[in-house]
Amino acid sequence: MPEYALRLRRYDPQSGQGAYWEQFTVELDGHRSVLDAILKQRAERDGTIGIRCSCRSAICGSCGVRINDKPGLACHTHLDRAAQAGREGSQVIVVEPMGNMPVIKDLIVDMDAVHWKKIQRVTPWLINKQPIPEREYVVPKESMLDITQSMACIQCGACVSDCLSLEVDPLFIGPAQLAKAYRFVGDPRDAQHEQRLRELAEDPHGIYDCTHCWACIDACPKGVAPMSQIMRLRRLAGSDHQIEDANNGHRHELAFTNNIARNGLLAEADVLPDSYGGKLHPRAIGVLLASLPVILRALVRRKVTLRSALLHPHRGRFKDLSGLFDQIERRAERRELNLYITGYDSAEPAQVAGNGPAMVATGASPTRGAADEGEGR
Amino acid sequence: MKVAYWPGCVSRGFTPELHGSMAAVAPLLGIELIELDRAACCGAGVIAEHNQELADTLNARTFALAQQTDGELMMNICSTCQGAQTECQTRLDANADYRAQINRSLATQELSYEAGLTNKNFLWLLVEEVGLDALQAKVRRPLRNLRVGPFYGCYIVRPMDQLAIDDEHPRHRYLHWLIEALGGTVIDYAGVYKCCGFPIITMNREASLKQAARHLGDAIDAEADCLVTPCPLCHLNLDLQQPLAAKLAGRRLGMPVLHLPQLVGLALGLEPRQLSMDKHIVRPSSVIDWSAAVVAASAA
Repeated sequence: MPEYALRLRRYDPQSGQGAYWEQFTVELDGHRSVLDAILKQRAERDGTIGIRCSCRSAICGSCGVRINDKPGLACHTHLDRAAQAGREGSQVIVVEPMGNMPVIKDLIVDMDAVHWKKIQRVTPWLINKQPIPEREYVVPKESMLDITQSMACIQCGACVSDCLSLEVDPLFIGPAQLAKAYRFVGDPRDAQHEQRLRELAEDPHGIYDCTHCWACIDACPKGVAPMSQIMRLRRLAGSDHQIEDANNGHRHELAFTNNIARNGLLAEADVLPDSYGGKLHPRAIGVLLASLPVILRALVRRKVTLRSALLHPHRGRFKDLSGLFDQIERRAERRELNLYITGYDSAEPAQVAGNGPAMVATGASPTRGAADEGEGR
Repeated sequence: MKVAYWPGCVSRGFTPELHGSMAAVAPLLGIELIELDRAACCGAGVIAEHNQELADTLNARTFALAQQTDGELMMNICSTCQGAQTECQTRLDANADYRAQINRSLATQELSYEAGLTNKNFLWLLVEEVGLDALQAKVRRPLRNLRVGPFYGCYIVRPMDQLAIDDEHPRHRYLHWLIEALGGTVIDYAGVYKCCGFPIITMNREASLKQAARHLGDAIDAEADCLVTPCPLCHLNLDLQQPLAAKLAGRRLGMPVLHLPQLVGLALGLEPRQLSMDKHIVRPSSVIDWSAAVVAASAA
């Protein structure tokens, strides 16, 4: 029987002592889980180890931890693979509590204080359209397929643990929470579609607080791709409902897009003021004044010249671009391809499903099957 | 080798030292750059959040222009371009019907993208095409005693499967390997794989600058002489905005941040001035001093 070394971060706030590392070895088959190893140690040698678990089948989401610096489910991580991924080839499996949440004891974090409290902010239940039909609702199949990815969430908190926005802004709603929000925003039975979007966009720590770092996509053990759901929320709020948020999210996205339509390459000097409503807008003036030291330094160091910053000398090369922008932006409905639903040609050609074009309006797809994880995968 | 070269927007805007240093370094490595001067911005994830089809079309246009050259592959010098373009390419390559629809939009410009383009960041190209052994053979001034902290940028390390990062291609270790191959000392600090904060600078300025300040502070605590990044957008938040980040954090920072081609250029024997290090907001004094000491020692 192979032997595996585990290194646990131990901490009991009630003991009055600081956190410390404890290493032990366990004899188990390599295909057994990290959770099995910890439970064996707890049962046979040290009953004080704190870890939360329930189903042991990667469905209840209780045993979220960090293994070798990456979030994951302890019950869904094989010992042999975890040992291979040990820090700098050490073969030692390092297990820590999840991040961004306070530790209750050892590997148990306070999900109530962060995760569940934040989930409540997105009203995580259906608000029925009225009148409620006498029999069941009939909803288009493609609409439900569109939200299957967000429904795959098991609330383990792995994405919350690794969220780089939360790390600096504890008020950010959070990735799992916004994925849950999309689950109801995208549900045709819900009566609060636009209101939900408005609240999520207006919240100073809402959809525009996501820093687009992809960490939640890699963290999720269930392929929910929370960041992709956040980008869907932004498209719905900004492009479809033109919700003008107080965070400059929609304005920035428009300023950036129009900048490229005009110039081909980004004219950075325009993006900042345009994101705040234009160079002469009171909102922009304050930000420009705050940025003045940076702008002056950039001029002094010849990073930019006034001519290059203001005249965009490359603009002439891109005269053919604006027609392309017009053509796509004028479509009656935005088109999106969701690979989570359509899959890949080689694995399962979209036309095999035989339900029409692969590219469909606003993310809803008529094709079948959940094949992969991210929006762009 | 000949490559279809996509410099991105920022290297020709607010970080001209990146574009210039890439041009200076390429001939030393035997890389011929065919610049894609008609290609437009990759969208940096922002256009995709506005309209996914628009971002995919813009990048299909860039890929089609690259395929019209006789370059062996397409090369970029920006982590954000790499990530945004890979995301679009994944959709384009995954579905022939979708690709055909995008190509119909490009038909008015007599362009068409054929699936299967290879698009590599300069970092990936150095490791996978040039090779670290071949690179090492060209090193004239090993970065001995220079303590360098890698800062990858989110878009070049996540999501791992989309970027084809696996055991065979551990691309999330390439910057570490490269620093070592050039003779430098790798400084591991908490911010290596974190976000610079740039994407939210107009939406949540405080959180954005806090991110930059935290990573810079961690690198200082780990006693790095400088950071190196393959991403010019990270450079904007870490260098251009560094004085504001320092003010917000209430801490002196002063951490120089080099672009990847600048670090390579130094080791290949170029002077800091030839690599336009005088254009940085935070003067890379530690690097310039190091370079002067090495030059003086070799002259003696």
